[in-house]
Formats: sequence, structure tokens, C-alpha cells
Amino acid sequence: MAKSTIKTAFLATVPVMTGYLVMGMALGILMADKGYGWWWSALMGLTIYAGSMEFVAVNLLSGGAAVISTAIMTLLVQARHLFYGVSLLEKYRGMGRAKPYLIFGLTDETYALACSGAPEGTDKRKYYFLITLFDQLYWIAGGTIGGLLGAAITFNTRGLDFAMTALFVVIFTEQAMSTRDHVPAIIGVMSALVCLLVFGTENFLIPSMLLITALLLGLGALRKRKEAVI
Amino acid sequence: MIDVCHSLALIVVMALVTALLRFLPFLLFPEGKQAPKVITYLSGVLPSAVIGMLVVYCLKDVQLLTVPHGLPELIAVAAVALSYVWKRNTLLSVLGGTVVYMVLVQMVF
Repeated sequence: MAKSTIKTAFLATVPVMTGYLVMGMALGILMADKGYGWWWSALMGLTIYAGSMEFVAVNLLSGGAAVISTAIMTLLVQARHLFYGVSLLEKYRGMGRAKPYLIFGLTDETYALACSGAPEGTDKRKYYFLITLFDQLYWIAGGTIGGLLGAAITFNTRGLDFAMTALFVVIFTEQAMSTRDHVPAIIGVMSALVCLLVFGTENFLIPSMLLITALLLGLGALRKRKEAVI
Repeated sequence: MIDVCHSLALIVVMALVTALLRFLPFLLFPEGKQAPKVITYLSGVLPSAVIGMLVVYCLKDVQLLTVPHGLPELIAVAAVALSYVWKRNTLLSVLGGTVVYMVLVQMVF
């Protein structure tokens, strides 16, 4: 059984592997280009471990940003993680010693995998631990390889990063198929689209989050009132 | 020339702030304590909404107004979703969809 948990966890993370290797390599190449060798990328993957933030970090580091503005920037880019935590409070209950690491390693992609839950027949604790660990290893490997290779890559990787989008689409489809309540998913997509149009590509995540929360709270209150009437 | 000390300091700051945001919900609502009802409710409905938002986030840079009008993305996303409904195999849909997308952006459009 232990073996099958490892295998199941590995297979679940393969889509993330392709995405993280490509994105990690892109980051490593970018860092190397600014004079930061492979071990800088490896160090960031080990300590910060957050894809989008690390791309912002390239500019902060090479531009010699101030500590305060770096802290504020990180707060803004990473605020969405608050929501990930809130939505995993129940799932990550009883995870024991592995829990701090599970929380530390909660990237967008690992969050998405965790949302789908541990497949039946697997050791839950082990499964969540392994998907978190595998994902981080892919990310560090990607950054390191990118840093070492520099710009020496020859095959056309254009479009390879679509693997990440595809993974999210799969998880979205799975959730739509496994529930009869489609309202939260529709609220999520519509809020994001509206905020994307209003706030633009760079700044729409936080307004989207706020709008989603407000609408979901409203939905909850509305349904509660309906129940009370019946 | 790289300022090693300053760069290291910035990495520490980014790592700490990121970890703080990730840990905060778990620190505010520890396992022993019953979380407020509204938080339990949100933890149930947020995931599907947030995943929906992340799909939009992944596709945010698609230009609808210029050629090819987001057609490669549309076709590839449809291929992923439909193949998943059909076979319910994550790996197949992700790898297949990615190959479709790469062929589209490299050779067709």
C-alpha cells in the first residue's frame, strides 16, 4: 500500500512536473541572465517556493529593491494564499508532524491538487506530504537546470507551459462533474472575468478574491434564509 | 555586481512574508478550536470558485482582439475538458492538451 501511495502521488503530480520544470527553467535562465547563478534559483525554490513571486523577485533582486517595498510587494502578490489556507482548514486537519511542511509548500498547483483530495485507498497524510514534496523538488530542479543551462536550450518549448493551464482546466472539470452545486464555480469564473476587465491583467487577483468572498457569503445567507422559510 | 548580502536579505523577507500568509489561517483557526461557522462554510465553497478564478488567471494574457483571437487556447482548453469528460484521465488530458496547444502555436497559427 505504501508503494501505491507513492505511485499515485507521483502520477498526480506529473502535470505539475512538466509545468514546474518549464517555468522553473525559465526562472533559472532569467536569474542567470541577471548574474544570479543556479544556486540563487535553487535557494529561492527552497525558501520562498512560490512561482509567481519568484518571477517578481528577479526584478526586485536585480534592481536592488528596498526591504520595505519588497515586503509590501510580497504581501500583494501572495495575499491569495490566505484563501488557500482557509479552504484547506478541514482537509489538512489531523496531518500531524507533516502539517507545517504541507502549509509551507502550498503553491497554486499543490493547492489545486490538494483540493481534489487524496484518492481512495491511499494513506492521506502520506499522499498530501508526497505531492507537496514532489512539486517542490520539480520546482527546485527546474530552477537549477535553467540556471546551469543558461540560454543553451535548443528545442522549441513554446507552448509547453500550457500544461499548467490544462491541469487547472482538468481540476475545474472534475469539480464540475462531481458536484451538483455549480454556483460557486460560476461565481469564481465570472468574478475573475469582471475583475480582469476592470483592473487589468496585473492587478485583478485580489479584487477577484474579495468579490468571490462577498458573493459566496451573500449566497450562503440567501440559501439559509430560503431554508428557514421552508 | 551583485550585492550578495542585500539579495539574501530580500530573499529572507520574501520567504517570511510568503510563509506568514500561508500559515496565518491555520494559526487563527487551530485544530482544537471549532472555527466559526462562516469559515467552515467558506472552506467548503471557496475551492471550486478559486479554481475557476485560477483558470481565468492562466488565460489572462490571451489577446482576443488580435489574430489568432485566442483560438489556440480555446481549442486546447476544449480538448482538455472534453477528453477529461470522456476518459476521466488527468494525465491523458493534460499531456494531450499540451501537445495540441504546442502544435497549434508552433505550426498552425
